[in-house]
Amino acid sequence: MSAPAAVAEVEQPASFEFTPENIERAKAHIAKYPPGRQASAVLPLLWIAQYQSGGWLPRAAMDCVAELLAMAPIRVYEVATFYTMFNLRPVGRYLLQACTTTPCWLRGSDEVVRACQNKLGVAIGGTTPDGMFTLVEVECLGACVNAPILQVNDDFYEDLDGPATEALLDALRDGKPPPRGSVIGRQGSEPVTGRTTLTEPTGQR
Amino acid sequence: MLADKDRIFINLYGREDWRLAGARRRGDWDGTKELILKGRDWIVEQVKESGLRGRGGAGFPTGLKWSFMPKESDRPTYLCVNADESEPGTCKDRDIIRNEPHKLVEGCLLASVGMGVHDCYIYIRGEFYNEAQRLQAAIDEAYEAGLIGTDACGSGYPFNLYLHRGAGAYICGEETGLLESLEGHKGQPRLKPPFPAQVGLYGCPSTVNNVETIAVVPEILRRGAAWFAGIGRPRNTGTKIFCLSGHVNAPCNVEEAMSIPLRELIERHAGGVRGGWDNLLAVIPGGSSVPVLPRSICETVLMDFDSLVAVKSALGTAAVIVMDKSTDIVKAIARLSKFYKHESCGQCTPCREGLGWVWRVMERMVEGNASVAEVDMLLDVSYEIEGHTICALADGAAWPVQGLIRHFRPEMERRIAEYRQSAARRRHAA
Repeated sequence: MSAPAAVAEVEQPASFEFTPENIERAKAHIAKYPPGRQASAVLPLLWIAQYQSGGWLPRAAMDCVAELLAMAPIRVYEVATFYTMFNLRPVGRYLLQACTTTPCWLRGSDEVVRACQNKLGVAIGGTTPDGMFTLVEVECLGACVNAPILQVNDDFYEDLDGPATEALLDALRDGKPPPRGSVIGRQGSEPVTGRTTLTEPTGQR
Repeated sequence: MLADKDRIFINLYGREDWRLAGARRRGDWDGTKELILKGRDWIVEQVKESGLRGRGGAGFPTGLKWSFMPKESDRPTYLCVNADESEPGTCKDRDIIRNEPHKLVEGCLLASVGMGVHDCYIYIRGEFYNEAQRLQAAIDEAYEAGLIGTDACGSGYPFNLYLHRGAGAYICGEETGLLESLEGHKGQPRLKPPFPAQVGLYGCPSTVNNVETIAVVPEILRRGAAWFAGIGRPRNTGTKIFCLSGHVNAPCNVEEAMSIPLRELIERHAGGVRGGWDNLLAVIPGGSSVPVLPRSICETVLMDFDSLVAVKSALGTAAVIVMDKSTDIVKAIARLSKFYKHESCGQCTPCREGLGWVWRVMERMVEGNASVAEVDMLLDVSYEIEGHTICALADGAAWPVQGLIRHFRPEMERRIAEYRQSAARRRHAA
């Protein structure tokens, strides 16, 4: 896996506590696993902690998860640094995750990345000075027939090109995120030229 | 071409209601109680007779895999469904999860009955946030309707289904990496044997199956093994979702009969190769881990397990990545080398160190900044990496490079010669 960010360089909040609602969510996750296997809930709890902290995992949040699950803190750090979606330093309000693996690259992911870089004036890994955007490069997002893809926080934007990416960034900056999915109005993973299958209405099969 | 009436995933494209009511209209959850009551042995026998092979990449016969689960166990047993779809090129499970979630939920129940399992976990990749929300909603609907839970479908069979979201790690799609991750650890694969059927999740007997494998089970049981076995060729039966990406006019997912010719698949459903068939350079037929095929082979090869193995590639996940003549083929494969280097879990030296080396050499090959002897060295090292690690990630990283050298060696050598010439010219000018 990629090298984790040096946690020590980041200004860390002194403490972290789950909100009452999130404690309930956490308990519901822990209940999914057999008694004594509560460590299984480490990923779900780190997710909750990351959402609560505004998109990143402070050290105190990892310690809190460790205590809740009766795990050694190092075991939680180990997990948090292994999985690439946990951010160990603060990120912008919109985390732009540009897929550049071969299927996206073949369909023009270079243009998507370039549009982000030019529009925002940041390099890969950078955050805009206003804290709005962080741009990262990610590996295959698993939506290859709708390539190229840009994941913004939890949502996929698909079938992009340079101008469409710039328009998306403008909309995000204006606080008006467009509906997720294909930006060219394609239905799911259908061929853009129209369906070649499933043309008979249901009920006639 | 497969007729619509033989398609399993009617709502593949999400044009219809994905919820329980819509799923029931499409025939899901129809007579599930009767199927459960036919019992464990009947289910496994039907799946064996259908010829279903795992849809996650390795193509292991599903019924046989299920039969490895102990008949009696004093410990709990588990089914873990692999929804960590991350193989570059592959996006079929995403469509099942978001548009046909009830096929997956019902499949989890019936497969569990087939193995005597009462607890099932679905491990979904972290990036599929919206898909996970939808699948959870479908699971909740199924609980509320009494289709799963303490008395699944009124059959008396207790069955619990849980969704577990990952957080970005390709290696968790490896079955034992998935189990490690589910237990709350780094997703580092385990040595086999023991196989999960003996020692799996929490040390208990477990089976790990791909989403598509599980989601086709209810239809096989309802329509009969003979129906499924009658599609495709012997040993390569049934329908399959193909993902057609890259340089085609209309990239798409499509459910087709196994063994459809590759060329027909691309031309009929994906609008053909950009610039026409003659503009085709190469195809990766089964997700990034399988060796690339040049156009000459693509003309005639059938899309199934045996045909693709015969041409030294593989069906893998049936993710077809098409590259036209404008493609820098060395760069395309070098990017995959970077992917595998990034996703190596770091346990085994040949993978951790070897894949970084392979990627760095591949980057030089893109420029031609290498010697011809290094092409052979790259090939040698790839064979040294392959088969010398705990899991198959390193094999999947070695094969694309081997495929490149097998079919595009002249192109690599041409670049090397060109680079040398221009370097000599630069020296001369200086």
